[in-house]
Amino acid sequence: MPGLVGLLIPLEWAVCLGEPAGEHGAEGAAETGFPPGVASFCSRALFPESGMDWLNNHLFQAVIGALVVIGFWLWVAHGQKVVPGRKQFIGEYLYNVIRNTIARDILGHDYRRYLPYLVALFSFILVNNLFGEFFLFMFPTFSKIGYPYALALLSFILYNAAGIAKSGFFGYLKKSTLPAGVPKALWVLIIPLEFLSNFIVRPITLALRLFANLFAGHLVVLVFVVGGTLLLESGEVFLIAAGGVSLLFSFAIFGLEIFVGVLQAYIFTVLTAQYVSSALAEEH
Amino acid sequence: MLPLELNLGPLVPEHLSEIIAGVVLFLIIWWVVAKKVVPVFEETYATRTAEITGGIEKAEAAQKEAAEALAEYQAQLATARAEAGRIREDARAQAVTLAAEIREQAQADSARIVAAAKTQIDAERNQVINQLRAEVGGLATQLAGRIVGESLEDDERARRSVDRFIAELESEPAEKA
Repeated sequence: MPGLVGLLIPLEWAVCLGEPAGEHGAEGAAETGFPPGVASFCSRALFPESGMDWLNNHLFQAVIGALVVIGFWLWVAHGQKVVPGRKQFIGEYLYNVIRNTIARDILGHDYRRYLPYLVALFSFILVNNLFGEFFLFMFPTFSKIGYPYALALLSFILYNAAGIAKSGFFGYLKKSTLPAGVPKALWVLIIPLEFLSNFIVRPITLALRLFANLFAGHLVVLVFVVGGTLLLESGEVFLIAAGGVSLLFSFAIFGLEIFVGVLQAYIFTVLTAQYVSSALAEEH
Repeated sequence: MLPLELNLGPLVPEHLSEIIAGVVLFLIIWWVVAKKVVPVFEETYATRTAEITGGIEKAEAAQKEAAEALAEYQAQLATARAEAGRIREDARAQAVTLAAEIREQAQADSARIVAAAKTQIDAERNQVINQLRAEVGGLATQLAGRIVGESLEDDERARRSVDRFIAELESEPAEKA
């Protein structure tokens, strides 16, 4: 199965840019992988002959990520005891981070309804972000913009649905576009601004924040690793030394990227909880 | 299209499958977590809370019981101490009374004995005196008869002289003293 081998080891760089190469030399970059750029994020079809371009390596790793998340939670939830063992302790630790520090602190007494969503959200994003730093994929799934869009869309639906369920459609619309105590003269100004802020900016920023952090982080990793490798192969002493330093430094970048990955998963979850909370709030 | 044609670059999904896969995968995870994971964790937590609360309640009950037992014990101890004190007091008072009684009785007894003895002694003395008087009279008379050589028939006279003699005898030591 050539498709599956190509999945794990990125021997060649796919071309996904619709544009012609032009003076940037994008064509060359896509073929050699250098310099790292947008083309480095192109997906590769698993079965190029079949014409099913949508069935690509990044979809595959997203599925694996989902299976890892589901498997982990089912594993730690299996055979729970009142006095936890080591496995259950780890599971409860992670679960409590989401349950106590995110869900309960932000959503208050009715956090229990939204807890499954937040647990799923945090763990799915976290696992896929860590895919960017670990063997097998070395690619953060959420640097493909479609996946952040999907989660932001679901979060958008979730917090609006929560608000509508609580105050009714028009009640929710009024509450979220018109803060209490605004003088009537300012309504013309405030209502569009609040609408823009609550219904358009929120989901877009959710998606873009996650995407941009991972996209940029992965790009930096590529610059250091690919650039360092090329410098090592250059044959000149000074450049080889620079390449070595670059590769060493890439480990620090990896550490940073792990941190960013965890942080972005946390932020996405916290903001979703925050949006739900503000949609449920009595007075805006 | 319109002149406003933006090249969004990587902000446009490469394939629509990304969004669909993201939504579908996430919904599956959400469903599994909501049905199989969160309820299990929450149930464990509820059980744990119940057990801890139950344990605390049990401990509190035991502590209360212990405190009650201690109070009861102390009360009993205090009662016993008071009782012991009272008994001791009683005994002391009783002893004092008893001693006084005994002393009184002893005094009465001794007085009675002394009185009886005195009476007896008096009686015996009188008896002895009378006997002596009679005997000494007889003997003296006999003796005087022998000395005089005649029997003094006139008893009346003889007894009178004997009496006088004895009276003299009796008065003698008094005079000497």
